[in-house]
Amino acid sequence: MASLIAGGVDCDVHPAVPHLTSLLPYLSDYWRDQVTTRGMVDLVSQSYPRNSPIVARPDWRPETGKPGESLEDMQRHVLDPFQLSYAICNPLYGVQMVFSEDLQAAFCRALNDWLVKEWLDRDPRLRGSIVIPTQSIDKAVAEIERCAQDRRFVQVLMLVMGDTPLGKRALWPIYEAAERLNLPIGIHAGSAYHNPPTAVGWGSYHIEDYVGQAQAFQTQLTSLIVEGVFVKYPRLKMVMLESGVSWISPFLWRLHKFWRGVRMETPWVDRASLEIVRSNIRFSLQPFDAPPEPETLIRLFDHMQSDELVLFSTDYPHWQFDGQDALPEGLSPDLVRKIMIDNPHATYPRLM
Amino acid sequence: MARHVIAPVDELPPGTRKFLEIDGRPIAVFNIKGEYFGLMNRCPHQGAALCEGPLIGLAQSSDPGEIEYTKLGEIIRCPWHGWEFDIRTGQSYCDPRRFRVKAYAAHVEPGASVVKGPYVAETVTVKVESDYVVVEL
Ligand code: FES
Repeated sequence: MASLIAGGVDCDVHPAVPHLTSLLPYLSDYWRDQVTTRGMVDLVSQSYPRNSPIVARPDWRPETGKPGESLEDMQRHVLDPFQLSYAICNPLYGVQMVFSEDLQAAFCRALNDWLVKEWLDRDPRLRGSIVIPTQSIDKAVAEIERCAQDRRFVQVLMLVMGDTPLGKRALWPIYEAAERLNLPIGIHAGSAYHNPPTAVGWGSYHIEDYVGQAQAFQTQLTSLIVEGVFVKYPRLKMVMLESGVSWISPFLWRLHKFWRGVRMETPWVDRASLEIVRSNIRFSLQPFDAPPEPETLIRLFDHMQSDELVLFSTDYPHWQFDGQDALPEGLSPDLVRKIMIDNPHATYPRLM
Repeated sequence: MARHVIAPVDELPPGTRKFLEIDGRPIAVFNIKGEYFGLMNRCPHQGAALCEGPLIGLAQSSDPGEIEYTKLGEIIRCPWHGWEFDIRTGQSYCDPRRFRVKAYAAHVEPGASVVKGPYVAETVTVKVESDYVVVEL
């Protein structure tokens, strides 16, 4: 494995909300009573079934509670041993599943405030992503603007499988706000389960959902590119989190090939998709889904024609590698430095 | 460079195109609203008979959803994979730096100057009192 260097930025760690009741102190009186009197249960999404192996490394799985719910564990498991300068917290709590725009907005607000108090305030290395209530674009923008006043929020977080293709113009006020406030949009694996988690319908097994994430990322990248999001918001960066990386180049070959014949349908797309990806899209390292041979890895990076696309991540506490082996074999020391330090800082201007 | 007489003007009215082979090269000559254009009839992508494609306009945009449509009838779209080429310059629009098709100048000459030469008029009988479409290559 390539050796880690100190001072890196982990762009994808997952602090877990222990239970819906953990958010009660961060809800308004009204919503607190609603949660209690309606008897609302914990928001558990099927994206990460608690006992599924991928959800936590065996040595990162606590004896009680959810993996990732303890700051001390996160410090002991990643922040300290990886000698990180920063770790970006992407809470994956099922607030996106809620259909009521008011309830969703209340939960997102509580979740963001919970992240500040229970995590960001307790370790200076932690940074946060703003979880937004996409059922209402107005409320999503308001939540971005509210949280952005705290410089420790460095990104806006959305799920790769929400309600609509992400390029749709109805969502653009979110992108406008993000670009204006120097916040990249992180698109994380996972579904709000408002649509089947694959394009062909509902599968039977967890692995179908998990492997299918890559197709969802491809579909979203196509949507974002052809709808012209990056023509309208050229400074906006989007980070594909837990997307995998092995599919990027073949996907772009395919998109580019077919775009050339129907260029006139989306004439605002005035560059090859690879160029758009190079200027506006980034990908987190883990889960690294290529075979372990260094030659394969080098070819993969050659095909991307850039050493700026990949950002270091451990995907803590998900089980993507063992020990300290977060960096695949074959990365040159230069590339390690780019992936762990330079690329994250170039992507997240608020990291400082 | 030689000038080739390819047809009397009235055989190539506006909106038509003529296919021919000159020195072994497949060529098409178009009359677009009274202007004449010669183009190699071989797509630089994978060799389709490009000039058999439809003539469309050029869609451009700097603001998603707002489309400016110009050069009406001056863009030829390859019948195989839909790439667009500018009939005036031969440049492609999906990859202008790497792909272009050879464009040839074409215009009308009166028969009187055509008979004086030097012109190549292998298959066309030239009469002084007619006008002719001439392509240069
Ligand atoms: S052969 Fe003309 S576009 Fe492919």
